[in-house]
Amino acid sequence: MTITEPPRIVTSRLGYEDSHTLERYLATGGYEGLRKALTMTPEQVAAEVDAASLLGRGGAGFPAGRKWSMLRKAPTTYLVVNGDESEPATFKDHMLVERDPHQLVEGVVIAAYALGVAQAFIYLRGEFALGLERVQAALNDAYDHGAVGRGIFGSDFSVDVVVHPGAGAYICGEETALIESLEGKRGFPRIKPPYFPAVIGLYGEPTVVNNVETLSNLPWIVRNGGSAFAALGEGRSAGTRLFALSGHVRNPGVYEIEMVKTTFRDLIYAPVLGAGIPGGRDLKAIIPGGVSAPWFGPEHLDLPLGQDEVAAAGSMLGSGSVVVMDDSTCAVRAAWRVTRFFWRESCGQCTPCREGSGWLEKILRRIEDGAGREDDLDLLMDACDNISPGVAWPPQQTTICVLGPSIPSSIASAIRMFRDEFLLHVKEGGCPHG
Amino acid sequence: MAHLSEETTARARELVGLYPHRRSALIPLCHLAQEQDGWLRPEAIEEIAALVGLTPAEVLATATFYDMLHTEPVGTYMISICTNIACMLRGADDLLSHAEESLGVAAGGTTTDGMFTLEEAECVADCGRAPCVQVNHRFFGGLTADSFDTLVEDLRSGRLAADVPPHGTLIRVRRNGGLRVGTSTGEVASSTATEAGEA
Repeated sequence: MTITEPPRIVTSRLGYEDSHTLERYLATGGYEGLRKALTMTPEQVAAEVDAASLLGRGGAGFPAGRKWSMLRKAPTTYLVVNGDESEPATFKDHMLVERDPHQLVEGVVIAAYALGVAQAFIYLRGEFALGLERVQAALNDAYDHGAVGRGIFGSDFSVDVVVHPGAGAYICGEETALIESLEGKRGFPRIKPPYFPAVIGLYGEPTVVNNVETLSNLPWIVRNGGSAFAALGEGRSAGTRLFALSGHVRNPGVYEIEMVKTTFRDLIYAPVLGAGIPGGRDLKAIIPGGVSAPWFGPEHLDLPLGQDEVAAAGSMLGSGSVVVMDDSTCAVRAAWRVTRFFWRESCGQCTPCREGSGWLEKILRRIEDGAGREDDLDLLMDACDNISPGVAWPPQQTTICVLGPSIPSSIASAIRMFRDEFLLHVKEGGCPHG
Repeated sequence: MAHLSEETTARARELVGLYPHRRSALIPLCHLAQEQDGWLRPEAIEEIAALVGLTPAEVLATATFYDMLHTEPVGTYMISICTNIACMLRGADDLLSHAEESLGVAAGGTTTDGMFTLEEAECVADCGRAPCVQVNHRFFGGLTADSFDTLVEDLRSGRLAADVPPHGTLIRVRRNGGLRVGTSTGEVASSTATEAGEA
């Protein structure tokens, strides 16, 4: 398969040292999308986004246009940007907010115009100190430039945008938890239904929550038309998408890739992308789409990077991250580390997640430490089954949000793929990888 | 006497004014208090509570949910080493062990001179430069044992003072204006807002 050369939709300015400044932004077509949007009706802008078939880039992959169309018209509605990127091995939004903050600001104002929203909040992960400063500086400049605030570019459209820092909690990436956090509360996900904040969101009002990358696509979509975006990719997976590649590869990093046209093999091995595994080692496993995703093996390398294609193979594209593990990796340790993360980050509201994650962490830890018992694999699967009955994919829900039920899928896939290695830990009383 | 300085309180009021409901300013205000004191002191919590219209217990209960808000003193420099999957694959466990030995504290501890707190962190979203380290949430990627020691030396000597402010200072760029157009009054949030809005 050849690697296509699509237009750079969200990464066009990354070659410039000063990509985060207003000067560079304006010199490279910045705010032209917004100017064009303001000559259209809000409905026409929304129609372009709908035509683009833009799927949300946060993790769930919900069509952005449909999310917008659910917004109930009310006197007060809000737009909230989800920039709480915390899914392990996902680092694309981090790059976007630091390197092209104006692109995000322009996307936010375009979305606010299409939705008829007068107040937007950009919720950024607290750990992104530089990103918070860059977005605030960009907003300050954008206000001065007339691109945000009252009567934008001489129109009668006004919107205020506030940067809001988080304070370190993975669960706040879940959109209802993010809203709670933005209201000044603990990041506890809300009970569903209502399934979407479009019904009851921030302060109980209709709210749209969109991811940073999703909104960063809007300036290009408005400038070039939704159909130009939809012409890229294939099927439901339209456009380009950012993939965050990490682990055992020569060139880890964030790559903008045309969806479906590129495979996992291309991403990991192509010289212009990951450039292969160092040290002449072989591939052991891939974690696609964030650590809740079931793992893939070398047999999945030729799978295209498309939402439906990866789902059909039993995993997910999720947050667009790909972790590469070579044959020196201990599968038990990897599964344990991922599980410990979930255990630490469980908000504690629901028993299956709060207790189950702790059980799984303890059992995996003792297997890795050489104190595993013969029936521990059955015990692990039993605990998994209690958290998400059937340990199916996609997982059965037993809890308020998807965090808990996502835990078993990665463990179950690791056990399925590397059962002998798990058993060897128990038999030899330690980790064979040392 | 008030614990938060006049300047901190004035900035806190500005932040409260950005939101339709003042409780929303709770986390930003906790960051602000940490900027003044390095951590979240009980006296600061009481004043934050008054500013956002809650009880101190409600502020404390919320703050303790979040990893970045510290209700116990921490060092001038919070060194966070990620050991999550992408960093684990690239030697983060060895780096953390080295850091513990080099600083003479276990993860979670603070050096006796109060200079450094070492923390084992979850993914900080910089995995392309794993193993990832943050100092007061400023990124330092791709560190080895040697370059870690150099970093610590640079912090100790003040050579990185311009890049890494003391713990608690999160956003050094102040909002220069803007307006709350979503409110019924359309009230201007600060004095510079009018100019920005009319530009």
